[in-house]
Amino acid sequence: MAEPEQLVVEAERQAVAATTLDELSAVRTAITGKRSPLVAARKALGDLEPDARKQAGQALNAAKAAIDEILSAREAELAAAARAAQLAAERLDLTEVTELPADGHLHVITQTWQELEDVFVGMGYRVAEGPEIESEWYNFGALNFPLGHPARDMYDTLYVDYGEPGTTLLRTHTSPVQARVMENQEPPIYVVAPGRCFRQDTADATHMPVFHQIEGLVVDRDTTLGDLAGTIEAFTAAYFGPGFSSRLRPSYFPFTEPSAEFDIQRPDGAWLELGGCGMVHPNVFEACGIDPEQWQGFAFGFGIDRLALIRFGIDDLRELWTNDIRFLGQF
Amino acid sequence: MKVLLSWLREFAPDIDGDPEHLAETLSNLGLAVEELAHIGQGLDGIVIAEVLATRPHPDADRIHLVDVDAGDGEALQVCCGAFNMAVGDLVPLATVGTTMPGGMEIARRKMRGQWSNGMLCSGAEIGMGDAHEGILILDGGLSLGVPLAEALGIHPDVLFDLEVNPNRPDAMSVMGVARDLAARLGVPFMVTAPRVEETGTSAAERSSVSIASPHFCRRFGIRVLDNVPSGASPRWMANRLLAVGQRPINAVVDLSNYVMFELGQPNHTYDLDLVPDGELGVRMARTGEQMVTLDGVERTLTEDDGVIVNRDDEPIGLAGVMGGASTEISADTQSVLLEAAWWDPMTIARTARRLGLRSEASARFERGADPDIIPLALDRFAELAAALGATTAPGMIDATGNRPEPITVRVRPQRVNSVLGTDLSADEMTSLLEPIGFVCETGGDGQDFGVSIPSWRIDSATEIDVIEEVGRLHGYFKIARTVPVTEQAGALTSRQRDRRRIQALLTGMGITEAMPLPFLAPGDLARAGLGDDGITVTNPLVAEESIMRTSLRPGLLKAVAYNAARRTTGVSLFEIGRINPGGGGDLPDEHEHLAVILAGKEATAATTLWRRLARHLAVTHPGVVNGPVDGLHPGRSGSVLAYGVPVGALGEIDPQVLGAYEIDERVAWLELDLGALLEADRGLAPYRTPSRYPSSDVDLAFTVPDEVSADEVAATIALAGGELLASVSLFDVFRSEQLGEGRRSLAYTLRFESVARTLNDAEVAAARQTCIEAVTTTHNAALRG
Repeated sequence: MAEPEQLVVEAERQAVAATTLDELSAVRTAITGKRSPLVAARKALGDLEPDARKQAGQALNAAKAAIDEILSAREAELAAAARAAQLAAERLDLTEVTELPADGHLHVITQTWQELEDVFVGMGYRVAEGPEIESEWYNFGALNFPLGHPARDMYDTLYVDYGEPGTTLLRTHTSPVQARVMENQEPPIYVVAPGRCFRQDTADATHMPVFHQIEGLVVDRDTTLGDLAGTIEAFTAAYFGPGFSSRLRPSYFPFTEPSAEFDIQRPDGAWLELGGCGMVHPNVFEACGIDPEQWQGFAFGFGIDRLALIRFGIDDLRELWTNDIRFLGQF
Repeated sequence: MKVLLSWLREFAPDIDGDPEHLAETLSNLGLAVEELAHIGQGLDGIVIAEVLATRPHPDADRIHLVDVDAGDGEALQVCCGAFNMAVGDLVPLATVGTTMPGGMEIARRKMRGQWSNGMLCSGAEIGMGDAHEGILILDGGLSLGVPLAEALGIHPDVLFDLEVNPNRPDAMSVMGVARDLAARLGVPFMVTAPRVEETGTSAAERSSVSIASPHFCRRFGIRVLDNVPSGASPRWMANRLLAVGQRPINAVVDLSNYVMFELGQPNHTYDLDLVPDGELGVRMARTGEQMVTLDGVERTLTEDDGVIVNRDDEPIGLAGVMGGASTEISADTQSVLLEAAWWDPMTIARTARRLGLRSEASARFERGADPDIIPLALDRFAELAAALGATTAPGMIDATGNRPEPITVRVRPQRVNSVLGTDLSADEMTSLLEPIGFVCETGGDGQDFGVSIPSWRIDSATEIDVIEEVGRLHGYFKIARTVPVTEQAGALTSRQRDRRRIQALLTGMGITEAMPLPFLAPGDLARAGLGDDGITVTNPLVAEESIMRTSLRPGLLKAVAYNAARRTTGVSLFEIGRINPGGGGDLPDEHEHLAVILAGKEATAATTLWRRLARHLAVTHPGVVNGPVDGLHPGRSGSVLAYGVPVGALGEIDPQVLGAYEIDERVAWLELDLGALLEADRGLAPYRTPSRYPSSDVDLAFTVPDEVSADEVAATIALAGGELLASVSLFDVFRSEQLGEGRRSLAYTLRFESVARTLNDAEVAAARQTCIEAVTTTHNAALRG
């Protein structure tokens, strides 16, 4: 029977000789398994006298503990080495990338459109829509442009061949949505209506036959011109940011009275003409079935395209319509 | 509308102060100042010179050499880029050392090797006229070497270029602008009555007017002038006309324009000798009637045009738009009939527009001139003409048509404050209105008051018009700003939210939003393989904008072709936009479509996209049915269903269409009617707790005839698998000779699962067998061993 000390020495020798975790596992079985000298020695203890058994048992236990420690230490060493080898083998150059899938981009008009919607939704407005091919009535008649009114000339209207000549047109502004909302909704009304509009215009850096506007309409009991000015100012601060302010200048639109142009002042002091606005004209209320003695309101509208140009630093409106991926992909 | 500060001061001498401030005041009155110019300044150093000779520059084509005499009798060589002068012409010379109004300093310098001793000036360079038409050629008779300002009587002045809105007929005159500005500044405004000395036979004996169209012509005034001047107008008048952008012609024309600019009343002169008996009449033209206008063009008239006729009922003038050639003033003219009339604005607008004859005069009549100013305008003309030697026959002919009653408007002060958001007293309101001629009769504080609308404000007729005037004169900028509060919660509609979800999904998949023009040219739809039947635009400027689209396809194909031509292939684009498929009620049908174009991708990429979209939007039972679609590859196209409802089409663009667009790659296509899709049956299925028990997967491969779609087989399996079948998915497709022509292998993974227990082998085997039998019997398919 081998001495316990010898067993420890042998275990140490074999553990060091093992160079992989698998080999070490075999060593563990050989040294501590059912058929190992250690187990055989433990079984042989039963043949000893009690005193000798106790002494030999203690020696065996001590040897077992030492062997376990040796094997565990070696196992940790080999596991660390195996992990290091694996990691080294798996090294990657993270710049070896051959594919970069394209990002999808929303068009600058849509981005601007949504930002504007979000500002007004935050101020309590709903978002209304209307048809792009519109009747002469909603585009002009309901908005206090009588037939033959010279103010119709302010709009270079494109008509379509549908119904009686001159009755159907490509809407020249988003204002028909005002009339449609007022016809279909009881006041109070707080809506904005973004949309596509058309004019007979030759395409150049600042004009396109197709463009986008956003229209606002508020109808309530005591809505005033002061409310309009305050709303424009609140929008200016919310959309453009601190340091921007607004002003109203008297102007003329058939569907509002009093009417005004509104300008935005940049922090550098420069003024930018943004859009038109005013108090809803009593004739418009009447055309839409709202009693102008009971309700007052204001409306405003401005171009989305030009805002997009300013916001993104684009200098030519036509770029918006090229659909060149090198343009679309920048925003 | 351009006005000079000096001219404004003739009506309100106390208008004063910083021109920038005046400009801001005008803008705040609704007369937006588009440009403010200081004129007649910086002319020091510019002198009168005579052209002695012109010679080509030896080394330059675009400039030549001009020798001028600047008063010392010496020939001074100047290089000049304009060629409009002749020997003997008098021209303005900016001498060496002059600083031009624009800031440029004139030095003696060499231009391509030739000395230039100064610069000859154009009208624009010295603030005299708009046109860069060349060097300003001055009238003869000026002394050489004399400073230009002194020779021409030019004084420093300020020019305001105003944008006048259609509702401000009064502001189309110096007088009207002065009235507004004086009211705002709180300084006196006055109109001095012209002094007219009358002599000779009375106008009434030499002329007459009859008005046959009293609605069209409310008033027609005539004065008869004799000994009318035939030469040029005085320099001061020519200078003012030049400054406001009107080229001086001769004394009579300039007088006419001057009075129009000053008082806003257009007027016309007839050579009295060419008007038999001095008889004039006003009537509507007859359809097809013809006359030759002053510009020598023969005009064919309609019954919507108003004309002035002679004794013989022949048209001699197109009322309010342009005079006739037959009575035109000439150098021989001795006596004139001077007409100042009021014409119906709508009629003038129609005629001017139809004939393309918009003029300063028609612009004023269209807005509505002041019928009460007619005598003043006639007298002012006579007064100015008298200074040039003309005499005025006694009396004025004043024929009237239908003169409307003066308008008085009741104004409620609390309504004014309620609309404006102000707190003005009735007295404050009337004190704002009175200075602009709105005469108020107050009924005490807080009481309604009557406002008489002045004759020059045809646009004003109701209380709201007066409220606007109060606001305008008070100043919008003084009104306290408030923000109205609403109890309504701001929100997007579900349609608007869905649109954003679609945009987010598509961009997240690397697809970019395009924005093609919504117009098409004739043939665009056919080129894209679609029926050529879009709604046409009545009055397009170009053929490319003459048809409304019936599909988003032509636009996106063009976008792909545009990028491919710039060496970017494989682009993925989408668009959400309106189309007009034809049909409709009061208005043409308008549908919102979503289209996706995937260049470099096969048709099945569109199917995958549709499935992801349907899943994202919780579309119930999204389907694809193979079958031909116009403009798509006949063997690679199909219609798209949502809960059995057709909502669009997908596939690959027909190679022939790709050829027409010069696209060299396969292009997958998906177009959906967004309205139909979003209104189709949608909604998340009821929540189910994920099973806690293990699932079993079974793979099945069938040989299936090509006519049977993989979707149909999957649907059969799904139906047969019953409750225990959690999912079925296609994982492999292959064709081989062994399988035979017209068949392919489709392999599906079936996952069986129960939320209540672990399934035993027998249950799974039974379900598997049911599925196999269903597929083989329904689809002429065979299980592959």
